[in-house]
Amino acid sequence: MFQYLALAAVLFAIGMFGVLTRRNAIGILMSLELMFNAVNINLVAFNKYIRPDELTGQIFALFVVVVAAAEAVVGLAIVLLLYRNWKGIDVDRINIMKW
Amino acid sequence: MEAFAQLYHDILAQPVFYLLAFVIIVAAMLVVTLKNIFHSALFLILTLFAVAGIYILLEAEFLAAVQVLIYVGAVAVLMIFAIMLTSQLTSTSIKQSNENVVIAFFICAGFLLSSLGSIPGTVWRLVETSLPENNTLALGKYLMTEYVLPFEVVSILLLAAMIGAIVLARRERS
Amino acid sequence: MLEKAFLIPLYPLFAFLVIVFFTRWKEKLSAYISIAMILTAFVHAVAVLFAMIGRHGVPFELSIPFITHPAMKLEIGMWIDPLTAVMFLVVAIVSGCVQIYSWGYMHGDPRWSRYYSYLSLFTFSMMGLVIANNFFMIFIFWELVGLTSYLLIGFWFEKKSASDAGKKAFITTRIGDLGFIVGLLLLMTYAGTLNYQEVFAKVSAGAIPMGILAATGIFVFCGAVGKSAQFPLHVWLPDAMEGPTPVSALIHAATMVAAGVYLVARVMTLYVGSETAAMVVAVIGLITSFLAASTALTQNDIKRVLAYSTVSQLGYMIMALGLYGVDMARDPHAHSVGYYAGTFHLMTHAFFKALLFLGAGSVIHAVHTNEITEMGGLSKKMKITTLTFFIASLSIAGIFPLSGFWSKDEIVAATSGHPIFMFFTLLIAFMTAFYMFRLCFLTFTGKPRDQHRYEHAHESPYSMTVPLMILAFLSVFAGWVGLPWLHHGFSSFVYHGEHMEHHPSYILMVVSTIVALSGIGLAYLIYYKKKISADALAEKFGFLYKLSYNKFYFDEIYDALIIKPLLGFTKVMWWFDGNIIDGLVNLTAWFTIKWADVKMWFDKWIIDGTVNGLGYICMAGAWILKYIQTGTVQFYTLIIMAAATGLVIYRVTPEGFFYYLAGIILVAFARLLAKIVRPARAKTGSNIEG
Repeated sequence: MFQYLALAAVLFAIGMFGVLTRRNAIGILMSLELMFNAVNINLVAFNKYIRPDELTGQIFALFVVVVAAAEAVVGLAIVLLLYRNWKGIDVDRINIMKW
Repeated sequence: MEAFAQLYHDILAQPVFYLLAFVIIVAAMLVVTLKNIFHSALFLILTLFAVAGIYILLEAEFLAAVQVLIYVGAVAVLMIFAIMLTSQLTSTSIKQSNENVVIAFFICAGFLLSSLGSIPGTVWRLVETSLPENNTLALGKYLMTEYVLPFEVVSILLLAAMIGAIVLARRERS
Repeated sequence: MLEKAFLIPLYPLFAFLVIVFFTRWKEKLSAYISIAMILTAFVHAVAVLFAMIGRHGVPFELSIPFITHPAMKLEIGMWIDPLTAVMFLVVAIVSGCVQIYSWGYMHGDPRWSRYYSYLSLFTFSMMGLVIANNFFMIFIFWELVGLTSYLLIGFWFEKKSASDAGKKAFITTRIGDLGFIVGLLLLMTYAGTLNYQEVFAKVSAGAIPMGILAATGIFVFCGAVGKSAQFPLHVWLPDAMEGPTPVSALIHAATMVAAGVYLVARVMTLYVGSETAAMVVAVIGLITSFLAASTALTQNDIKRVLAYSTVSQLGYMIMALGLYGVDMARDPHAHSVGYYAGTFHLMTHAFFKALLFLGAGSVIHAVHTNEITEMGGLSKKMKITTLTFFIASLSIAGIFPLSGFWSKDEIVAATSGHPIFMFFTLLIAFMTAFYMFRLCFLTFTGKPRDQHRYEHAHESPYSMTVPLMILAFLSVFAGWVGLPWLHHGFSSFVYHGEHMEHHPSYILMVVSTIVALSGIGLAYLIYYKKKISADALAEKFGFLYKLSYNKFYFDEIYDALIIKPLLGFTKVMWWFDGNIIDGLVNLTAWFTIKWADVKMWFDKWIIDGTVNGLGYICMAGAWILKYIQTGTVQFYTLIIMAAATGLVIYRVTPEGFFYYLAGIILVAFARLLAKIVRPARAKTGSNIEG
């Protein structure tokens, strides 16, 4: 099991790095998807090796997928709006709420 | 079939996992670092496919199918639509990563190391029982009996997301 | 009547109060009230005298204590004995004559009511002094008498010389009173009481040490020295002639100056107990008498002559009393007539001296001058005045059978046993007769020296001549109560200790008469017959003449030795007060102002500084902390992730967490500094993205 957990941790870290670093808004969303996937791997691994009789992990992962999809949809809609108003989706430039 | 399964379990289980893991990691790193966002999206699709493979290894067949269908088929395609709509594909001269790269790297490294370091310290209660025979059937059963409430709520959530996205993204009346 | 004797001082007090509060603007009414009250006092005094005679001289005491602390007992009370009764009578008669006389003399004076109120107040003070039964009370009235004499001497205060004379009188007697107070304190300390009888009992019992007794006697005598114008405090009496003449008659002839003699007589027990004190008294009396008589020889102001004559006669009385004390101190059973002589002469002197002064007043009223050199030949114009004046002069010279003869004779008799005293007493008697008749002849006989004044001279009105006549009568006959052959005469009435039989000495009578007649004769020769020239005599005895004429330069000596140094000292004090005391006060004020400045600085910089400082700290903190809000969501996410990672690390390895924390803080500071030093360049509008 531990290899799956390690894999999930690495994927999560990579995804976190992407969230914190990417300048393109869609890039951030994509990194976010990576993080979701890492979590899913973790859950399914737990499901197989720790509690296989109830498929709790898989159910959980399923719901994560659904929610992630919904969230991606809304996020992309917002990105479209951003593009319309700011003519660009460089998040470094979207910083008017500052000192 | 039995022999193949036996073969697999003896010889191929580990190499397959390592291969898939390798693909995932490399593809993920490419996702977060490529300047060209379209390429990034493509590598995301690759990553998602590989993750589906991991699911199969973990005997979650239905989830693998759902992963491919939804994540790759819907979410990634949606992202590509958005990329097409909002950016200039060809420009590669502008730096993609912002000023926080170094710090973020260290934080993520720290997180990773600490997470990996926490694994040995935990008490894992591993069991050897096997999963139900028919994955899909079992999932369906559970969804409709024990987890019917989240199921319904998630459907409403999807409805809300759909409406929200439509409202947000519609063309302005000018 | 005796129990009500305290009313006698109160009659004139009543007059004083009524005049002051009610009748100030009605002069005639004020005068009536005053005279009426003094007559009432006279009647009561006569009643008291008869009561005392009826009691055969047994004294009567009545007192009200008002402080009864064991260490100090004070009381208000009266002590009536024959001496008191005689004094009452003397004061009442003389005061009455003076008040009636003043009606004519002060006529038209704008401050008539005030004058009569002062006269009444004075009479009250004098009566109170005489009636007192303890030292404290006599001292109070002593001071009151001093005050009223000041008021009366300086009555015409617009004249600078008059107000100066008033001040001089008051201050000089005050110096004597200082000694009196010391004597009182000594008595209080050593006898524990101020009541006459108790003190005398203690003295007779020998409870007071000799030295203290002598000192007390001398100090108490100081008061008498001041009040009765003895040497060396006699300088005020001649100047006191600035007051109206009736005032001079009342105060400086008959009553106030007699207060000193009365005091010595009253406390004779002290002097009987201490020969030293008594000798001091006698010697001072003699010196005074001689000095004054010598000065009177050459004075040209009629009142001055009489003033020095008064001083001289007072010296007689004091000397006689002192000699009595000396004799009795040496031998308690000696036969000394000093006490009798002093008190008897006090009474007779009051009458003829008052008469002399009032007569002089009459003359002054007629010719409007005091100088003898401008008078002369007035006998033709002022018959009554002349006659009464001559009677008084004969009395004072001591011619048989006038009252002055008897009293003067006793004084000479008192000096028996003290040859030096007797020699000087006879010499002074000679001088007295001489200068009195010099005065008479120059004033009333001969050719008028100032024709203008002579023309205007006229006899005085009845209000003035009637008192003259009353006093003349008394000058002749009042002394007959002291005839030495009488068994129940004055000497058996007023005495000290035991009554002693009286033996007249014919030799002394003859000697004193010869001396007096020779004095009158010399004056007659010089001034009436002009056989001997006065000026030639003055030339021959030039130095002595100058001394006498300038009153032995006493005033000048006092001025140079005492007054000028005192004034200099006051100037020093004034400088001290103005510069140093005021300087200190100003310094304090300056310090206060400087301190206020310090506090202002403190308030402005420290208090306000603290308050403002807090504000600045807030602003500085914000100025640093504002960089957290970069506006980018990724930055916020970064912080969240960093915190989450920190948590995880902490759960995994607690010590690793500190390294992690240190690293985060370092990086944060580095980023902050970089942000401050190099603010982010504006990104060239990047619509383009990679």
